[in-house]
Amino acid sequence: MRHIIAVLLENEAGALSRVIGLFAQRNYNIESLTVAPTEDETLSRLTLTTLGDDSKIEQIIKHLYKLVEVVKVVDLSDSEHVERELLLIKVRAEGAARAEIKRTCDIFRGQVVDVTSSSYTVQLSGPSDKLDAFVRAIGKTTILEVVRSGVSGISRGDKVLSA
Amino acid sequence: MGTDKSRDVAEQLSGGDMLIRALQDSGVEYIFGYPGGSALHIYDAIFRQQKVEHILVRHEQAATHMADAYARATGKPGVVLVTSGPGATNAITGIATAYMDSIPMVVISGQVPSALIGTDAFQETDMVGISRPVVKHSFLIKDCSELPAVVKKAFHIATTGRPGPVVIDVPKDTTDPDITAAYEFPRSVTLRSYNPAVRGNGRQIRKAVEILLGAKRPIIYSGGGVIQGNAAELLTSVTRTLGCPITSTLMGLGGFPGDDEQFLGMLGMHGTYEANMAMHHADAIFAVGARFDDRVTNNPGSFCPDAKIIHVDVDPASISKIIPADVPIVGQVHNVLQELQDILHLELEKQPEAIDAQAKATWWQQIRDWREAHGLDHEQRPQPGKPILPQMAVQAVYKATGGNAYVTSDVGQHQMFAAQYYKFAEPRRWINSGGLGTMGFGLPAAMGVQFAFPDATVVCITGEGSFMMNMQELSTCLQYGLPVKIVNLNNQALGMVKQWQDMQYGGRHSQSTYSDSLPDFKTLVEAFGHVGIKVERAEDLEPALTQAFSPELKNRTVFVDIWVDPEEHVYPMAIKGGSMRDMYLTKITTSQQGDYI
Repeated sequence: MRHIIAVLLENEAGALSRVIGLFAQRNYNIESLTVAPTEDETLSRLTLTTLGDDSKIEQIIKHLYKLVEVVKVVDLSDSEHVERELLLIKVRAEGAARAEIKRTCDIFRGQVVDVTSSSYTVQLSGPSDKLDAFVRAIGKTTILEVVRSGVSGISRGDKVLSA
Repeated sequence: MGTDKSRDVAEQLSGGDMLIRALQDSGVEYIFGYPGGSALHIYDAIFRQQKVEHILVRHEQAATHMADAYARATGKPGVVLVTSGPGATNAITGIATAYMDSIPMVVISGQVPSALIGTDAFQETDMVGISRPVVKHSFLIKDCSELPAVVKKAFHIATTGRPGPVVIDVPKDTTDPDITAAYEFPRSVTLRSYNPAVRGNGRQIRKAVEILLGAKRPIIYSGGGVIQGNAAELLTSVTRTLGCPITSTLMGLGGFPGDDEQFLGMLGMHGTYEANMAMHHADAIFAVGARFDDRVTNNPGSFCPDAKIIHVDVDPASISKIIPADVPIVGQVHNVLQELQDILHLELEKQPEAIDAQAKATWWQQIRDWREAHGLDHEQRPQPGKPILPQMAVQAVYKATGGNAYVTSDVGQHQMFAAQYYKFAEPRRWINSGGLGTMGFGLPAAMGVQFAFPDATVVCITGEGSFMMNMQELSTCLQYGLPVKIVNLNNQALGMVKQWQDMQYGGRHSQSTYSDSLPDFKTLVEAFGHVGIKVERAEDLEPALTQAFSPELKNRTVFVDIWVDPEEHVYPMAIKGGSMRDMYLTKITTSQQGDYI
């Protein structure tokens, strides 16, 4: 099962490499990873998605906690949460396809953020499966370049993840 | 100095001086190390002081093993100092060895000047990167003013929770004698992201007591955590109160007196028949400071089918990693055992009959039967004209040292024979590389122990293969007058490799023998200035060991080269893929024959 794990860690050189190294070393899989400083500049927040059964996820969380720079870990998939990913996609947009792409983009509530005579760059955010659906809808033939941010997530309600 | 006022004004020191001062303030006695370009400012600081003694080794790997063994024997963290590049990479094996066995160690590595990092400078290597998977934590110094606080943190992290090695990588410019900063050694350290468990959950501990008292076939399975966590005395007292059998992992030997009736010997791949059978048939297993290593469990899928598992460990990640625990208890072994003992005594006061005497008698009878049927033979005597069995050699060492020595070992058959036949009465006496299985560990380890306890008898039980991996340290032995006794079980082969090849590869000894190219060890050690004794005949075994441990040779490094039967295998040996009760008992018999007597 896919899990979204949020990690607060010390915003220090080398901290990220320890997290990534842990996954490589213990043969855990990383589907996506995103990291940036938080409002407290001493802390970074990292969100990663990984696959595994419950016992594997339990081990991942325990091992993350063992890293000295890791302050807090939470498996967002354990409870209700909001997940978002950002997609930037550059597609060939010529002739009849131009209007069709714009329509598909509107259906998915995407925005065209850059235009040339032959291409559109579309921005779209949402849960990963919505992004997958959009990429499928656009069709492989017209895609020039895809970049995805990886998943960010936050729990619903009053629950907060803080040091 | 001396007045309150002068204490308030922090001294201005260079990075090199600060580093050494911080080590002094951390109570360090010895630094095991080897100098080189990037570490020279630090070495100059060492020269200008007397409090911390530097031990000059002949290879950085040996420095790490010495510091590691010093820590294992004393419980205090070992300290290593190496230079950048090859100095740092040579230290990696020793750091990994300490990491696998959870040994507190602080390793300081010189690094090229900050401005050169990343330029492929001479003797540059990314030490923080290369050591990352085998350290508990690491630091790269950015500015000399950080040094005192980093040293404080490094010792704190290395010694608390599940202990482990910590690396401090020190670029040369941060120890520059011309750049100074205020020296203040922090009194305490707080890290918001590092709070290792201390006490176990009270409810879980009560549950554990309930299970142990209600069990008909309980067994205690103790590991290295008992030794490292200074809990041997408590474990012994709890075991006596329960009156149940106890077995130890390779790392846990000495946690309970080895010659005691309640002790079943080591368990696992080369564990005793009775220990493995008792584990398999137990209805409650009390695992204390052990981690269900694959060398213990055999196939986890068929591990101890009837047992409720109580697992105490300071590291939450060790619990339910291999075998799911019914009662997980995260906390320092010492504290958990203390609390468990208190509850146990209360329960037994309330209910003196809580332990089922009938069940206990039946269980012990079963264990005695197992022991009788296939227990280790402790009565083997050297027979004139017959080859020397390695087991006999270990028994003879046990006798010659009165069972009181610090024993280090390397890795292979001799290590298993030592673990099986030297009955350790106390913790911290058996020092070997269990997790990583590092050949070359034994000699430097013995030296590290001897530095800690100059008057103690320290024996390195080794094999010629392992010994040759770090024998350059014989020169260090001469320099510091270390009277370690090296007992070499010489079977002219890589014995354990050969055993596996005999058993699993049709006897094809691929790259495991070299009998025509071994040195004459007696002459070799004599060239290093030490005493060499060669033993080829069984009747010479005991006299040779008596001589080696005699008062006349008390202050000498002695090497006893014992030519043992090269055909001997280590038994019992777990049958791959089976459960704990599945063992080879000899070359031609297994425990599966005769319905698991």
